[in-house]
Amino acid sequence: MSAAGAGPESREGHREPDRTVDGALRTDTADTADTADTADTARTADTARTAGLTARVTTRRGGFTLDVAVQVAPGEVVAVLGPNGSGKSTLLGTLAGLFDPESATVTLADRVLTDTAAGVAVPVHRRRVGLLSQQALLFPHLTARENVAFGPRCAGQGRRAAGTVADRWLAEMGVAELADRRPSELSGGQAQRVAIARALAVEPDLLLLDEPFAALDVDAAPAVRALLRRVVRDSVVGGQTVLLVTHDVLDAVVLADRLVVLADGDVVEQGPTAEVLARPRSGFAARIAGLDLVTGTAGAGGLHASDGTLVSGAASEPLDHGEPAVAVFAPRSVAVHRERPAGSPRNVVPVRLAAMEPQGEVVRLRAGASERGPAWVDGLAADVTPAAIAELGVEPGDELWFAVKATEVAVHPMRRRRR
Amino acid sequence: MTRAVPASPRPRSSRTGSAGHALPWPVWVPAVVGFGLIAVPVAGLVLRADWPNFLSLVTSDAALDALRLSLQTGLTSTALCLLFGTPLALVLARSDLPGLPVFRSIVLLPLVLPPVVGGLTLLFLLGRTGPVGQLLDAWFGITVPFSTAAVVIAQTFVAMPFLVVSLEGALRTAGDRYEAVAATLGASPMTALRRVTLPVVLPGLVSGAVLAFARALGEFGATVAFAGSLQGTTRTLPLLIYLDSQDDLDSAVALSLLLVVVAVVVIVGTRTRDASGVR
Repeated sequence: MSAAGAGPESREGHREPDRTVDGALRTDTADTADTADTADTARTADTARTAGLTARVTTRRGGFTLDVAVQVAPGEVVAVLGPNGSGKSTLLGTLAGLFDPESATVTLADRVLTDTAAGVAVPVHRRRVGLLSQQALLFPHLTARENVAFGPRCAGQGRRAAGTVADRWLAEMGVAELADRRPSELSGGQAQRVAIARALAVEPDLLLLDEPFAALDVDAAPAVRALLRRVVRDSVVGGQTVLLVTHDVLDAVVLADRLVVLADGDVVEQGPTAEVLARPRSGFAARIAGLDLVTGTAGAGGLHASDGTLVSGAASEPLDHGEPAVAVFAPRSVAVHRERPAGSPRNVVPVRLAAMEPQGEVVRLRAGASERGPAWVDGLAADVTPAAIAELGVEPGDELWFAVKATEVAVHPMRRRRR
Repeated sequence: MTRAVPASPRPRSSRTGSAGHALPWPVWVPAVVGFGLIAVPVAGLVLRADWPNFLSLVTSDAALDALRLSLQTGLTSTALCLLFGTPLALVLARSDLPGLPVFRSIVLLPLVLPPVVGGLTLLFLLGRTGPVGQLLDAWFGITVPFSTAAVVIAQTFVAMPFLVVSLEGALRTAGDRYEAVAATLGASPMTALRRVTLPVVLPGLVSGAVLAFARALGEFGATVAFAGSLQGTTRTLPLLIYLDSQDDLDSAVALSLLLVVVAVVVIVGTRTRDASGVR
């Protein structure tokens, strides 16, 4: 493990005496890094030394040990999903250099940023790692333009040049007209757009997104999410490398190429977004945010599932026909019937009841594929009251119908690699 | 980068609203008594003043000397408080030195110590027979006590904690989140301090400096113990007022009113500054 990061290219192999953030840059004594080594992490260390991000972090936080290996290829967007307390923030803090892990190696674009065994810890401001968190955290004493220009100014650009860069990024985020406002005069969504512009204006080698839409109200979040998606994809630098941490599956669906699912400090599942969501193996992935997801391609009036069935719904933003997309709806919007219902719901599919899970005041019915219908219903959930269960008299193995109104279904674009 | 004027200069008054209705009545009685305790004596001062001779009383040689000296030393010690207190507050708020609570207690000592005790400790240290004073005298021929410099040192001693407390509070309230963001944007620790931390806590810095100035202006005990009372050199306004109160009460009252006016000007000045926000 000690050889993983200590290549000859490590220009920043010495420790900086200066410190930026309280307690962030203390030198660590090498921990027993080798004990936790597995075949998986060894492979991680060997490959992808050339560019992109390779990180392995082992550290004790509170009640569990975080032990994660993550790789992000250049221009790739990887989402780390996990319940609260699964170690997501610790991972981000380590990558940004704000936390002191017990044992970690972080390599980004051929630079060793952290190698606890070799005593390497590049200070935050030399990492070229951007961070966007829930709160916009715009500097309150600066205008929007000055906020965005801050990074370029730190990189040595002149006042005028940095202002031009700032104006360009503000325009990119659709907030050019707010350039002269102060943060106190911006709404939450506007502030977050400025914060995104500020984070991208320094053209970081890696952009960390920490629940970037969690603090926005439900009306503002989709627009900002769509905007970030476009900017990250069509970034002037040709695809921004991004590590996204979230517990909202929509963030992952819309933005990420790949998912890494964390639970109690361990990676329990990872793979291409569509695959993980279509065939979740971990309990958490299956229940992420408690939403029903159907993957397919965008089409007129909704989404075409893998077998061609139309799932009727409304697109969250303009979509091209044939574009990879996912239909999302809440389990509580699913009605359950014994006989095929003859009402207004546009989406009616036969399922075989796989499981019943009591969840507080409701019972979650988990669907399995039925011989009578499409295979993609496997894993869909419907929340019904115990009274309704009693009335229907259902039990696992029963053949049922799930019905969802088209107005309850939102069709979102799915991130796709351009290469 | 243009210096932007905020789009809507609407007044952000905290006095609007109807909080008065929500206050239970037992709050009002002690509040009125407390206000009276402060306001009535000042009003008494106004009534007691010898108005026909007021101007000549406050423009006497002794009074003008004292006023000039008070402003000079007060401003100088405020500058010293900023110079040393700002880094001190940064260390207290941001570093993780072991034993930080002990350091903080020591810094706050002048707040709870009777100023005359502070003056005596300074005298023991810097007096001609004191451990440091001896060396200063032998090497440079400098005698600190009973000089204007002694006044400044005494004032800085008692005033610095006001600045440190105010600024440390502002730093802790602001947190280190902005500095962390600045670092991820490529700002070195020095740049982050200069362009983010200090501007963000500027209101706290200003109010701390004002408090320190006010405290320095009113300093009496430490000054009289360490610097004595020599007209033009160490006799500041409070010292002159005390001296006059022994034999020339009219002059004492007039000079007291002068200090009240200076204090009101300082308070009003900073209030306006706070309300207009950080510019």
